[in-house]
Amino acid sequence: MARQVKLFQGNEACAYGALYAGCSFFAGYPITPSTEVAEVMAKELPKRGGAFMQMEDEIASMAAIIGASLAGAKSMTATSGPGFSLKQENIGFAAIAEVPCVVVNVMRGGPSTGVPTGPGQSDIMQCRWGTHGDHPIITITPAYVQEIFSETVRAFNLAEKYRNPVIIAFDEIVGHMRERIEIPEPGELEVIDRKKPDVPPEEYFPYDSSKGDIPPMANFFEGYRYHVTGLNHDRTGFPINACELVHIEEERLLRKIYANRDDIVKNDEYMLDDAEVAVFAYGACGRSAREAVDMARKEGIKIGLLRPLTMWPFPDREVEALAERVKAIIVPELSLGQIILEVERCSKGKCRIDGIFRVDGEPISPFQILDKVKEVL
Amino acid sequence: MVKTAEKMVSTENDKVKITIIPRFCKGCEICVRLCPKSVLGMEMFKVKVVDVDKCIRCGQCELRCPDFAIFIEKKD
Amino acid sequence: MAYDYSRYLRNDKFPHIWCPGCTYGIVLKAIIRAIDKAGLKQDDTAIVSGIGCASRLPGYVDFNTLHTTHGRAIAFATGIKMVKPDKNVLVITGDGDATAIGGNHFIHACRRNIDITVVVFNNYIYGMTGGQYSPTTPTGAVATTMPYGNVDPQFNILELAKGAGATFIARGTAYHAAGIDNLVVEAIKHKGLSVVEIINACPTTYGRRNKFKSPTDMLLWMKDHFLPVTAFEKLPPEKTAGKLPMGILYREEKPEYTEMYYSMVKRVQEGGK
Repeated sequence: MARQVKLFQGNEACAYGALYAGCSFFAGYPITPSTEVAEVMAKELPKRGGAFMQMEDEIASMAAIIGASLAGAKSMTATSGPGFSLKQENIGFAAIAEVPCVVVNVMRGGPSTGVPTGPGQSDIMQCRWGTHGDHPIITITPAYVQEIFSETVRAFNLAEKYRNPVIIAFDEIVGHMRERIEIPEPGELEVIDRKKPDVPPEEYFPYDSSKGDIPPMANFFEGYRYHVTGLNHDRTGFPINACELVHIEEERLLRKIYANRDDIVKNDEYMLDDAEVAVFAYGACGRSAREAVDMARKEGIKIGLLRPLTMWPFPDREVEALAERVKAIIVPELSLGQIILEVERCSKGKCRIDGIFRVDGEPISPFQILDKVKEVL
Repeated sequence: MVKTAEKMVSTENDKVKITIIPRFCKGCEICVRLCPKSVLGMEMFKVKVVDVDKCIRCGQCELRCPDFAIFIEKKD
Repeated sequence: MAYDYSRYLRNDKFPHIWCPGCTYGIVLKAIIRAIDKAGLKQDDTAIVSGIGCASRLPGYVDFNTLHTTHGRAIAFATGIKMVKPDKNVLVITGDGDATAIGGNHFIHACRRNIDITVVVFNNYIYGMTGGQYSPTTPTGAVATTMPYGNVDPQFNILELAKGAGATFIARGTAYHAAGIDNLVVEAIKHKGLSVVEIINACPTTYGRRNKFKSPTDMLLWMKDHFLPVTAFEKLPPEKTAGKLPMGILYREEKPEYTEMYYSMVKRVQEGGK
């Protein structure tokens, strides 16, 4: 059966990607510009026997998807800045309790109510550090409707594989625009499920990392009665007070992600081999940057694009290697400069870093990027 | 009989056996004061059977103990 | 008589952390007796709690247990129940956990009438954090954040639940411990959102500051201030002033949320609109 071709909105592709990945529980709360994700889920989950809940607020939505995941369902919520802020405490709970789940943040102008219908990328640091405490987090940053579909499947796979909350962050432009999409056929994209215990209940410890940093996960009601808490805990799942084991377990939680960064980090590298100047951009800015590269090349100007599809863990090595090869890295952002801080940190002064910041509700255009390139050359 | 690995101290007569788990008792005195027959008392902040023969096996001590530290067994 | 609780307990976790004279252990025992009487299978039961003294209970009992964030237990439990509607889901929560920070989730779960049994341990104070006043702390009572006597009006938790749509409302007290079993059994059997408020005593952060010389005096206060609803309704107002009824206060059969949701799913899957 050939792939179905559709004209999908970004938010729509996200919902269908989640369904493709096996998501059977969605809890959300209406908020521009992400509501369409919930609307598609409300329509599609009942057809598949899945559960859709519009909860009373975003905190409840985040709590519900963690409960659902513990009960065995792949689960997702979707929101935007204000709701994303409300969800932070429970995202931290999912991180310490190592509960797989996916949180979509369709970013709009911030802070506060901001520009609800305008694009924004000023939540990107919140995706990493939004909740308190050291915690493992993964953030996926797609830019094309087709890509949102497959990257949502990847997000679920990473959540299940690493027993971790995964954030998918794309701005309002990408979320609301419609594009041609070829729907992958069942079985075409890999779908990963959480690793189940290979021991009987009486030998099971929910957070046993003796065989590897990622403990197998039993679901509730499968005969593996165990305890889950947000308190720091040992392999049994029961609380431990301040002690060396807290330090060891916290390091394990981070190691889950950072020791496996090569499996998680993913970049779209476009015409970088001979580039004299590079652009580091994602989401809507990633799209403009790609256009700018094509336009520059037509004028004989050698520039390329490094577009991260995984923002957290950050592509540190790739940025450093790039900084050694190019004169400058241009960082367009729909914020007043956030991810540029990471680019600067990782390039270690090995090349010039220039930002293009825009928060007036309009996207950064390819021309703006091209002008900046000419400026630095 | 309650299965536990805890050390237990029992006092009994032909009608009842009162068993105390000293490690669990936190000395709150609820059982002592709510026992209708003053069967129980305190010693070094722990419950102790003062006079088992006064016990009418009503079970108020076991019912009201917050710490699983005392229970009684009727002997019929 | 010696009731063997050990089958339902995580025995290696004892003695528990609750203070000397805290009545939570009494209520824990009653809840276990109720679960046993209701015949719930441990594998098929999840017990969810928020944050606070009462919310430590799940750690002591051998079920699928989940100790969540402050005020959010009911929202976590909703996710569990929606995915596994045939399983038993209980929530253990405190007066602050349920009706202060958790108030929004509490009333919406009541409104939905989802089949979850919510047991609210009401000890009139935030005990875990050292005795701040809560939405149920009596007027004039002393708390660390109301050192001159509480002026904050109180919730009646059960009126709140009933007004929001809960279809099973009951109240018990730690003093009337034997009476708790039946309330919890009926709440568990009830198809819908059941709220069982259990009046409890916190000697450490409430009793000491409010003229209760001992835990037993707090229990005796319960004995004098709560009457079975049958008796309560027959007495004239002057006899019941300052007192409250206990027992099953309200019960109504109304469509249960997961049943409504999954019958809609069935309709949709059968091609209905």
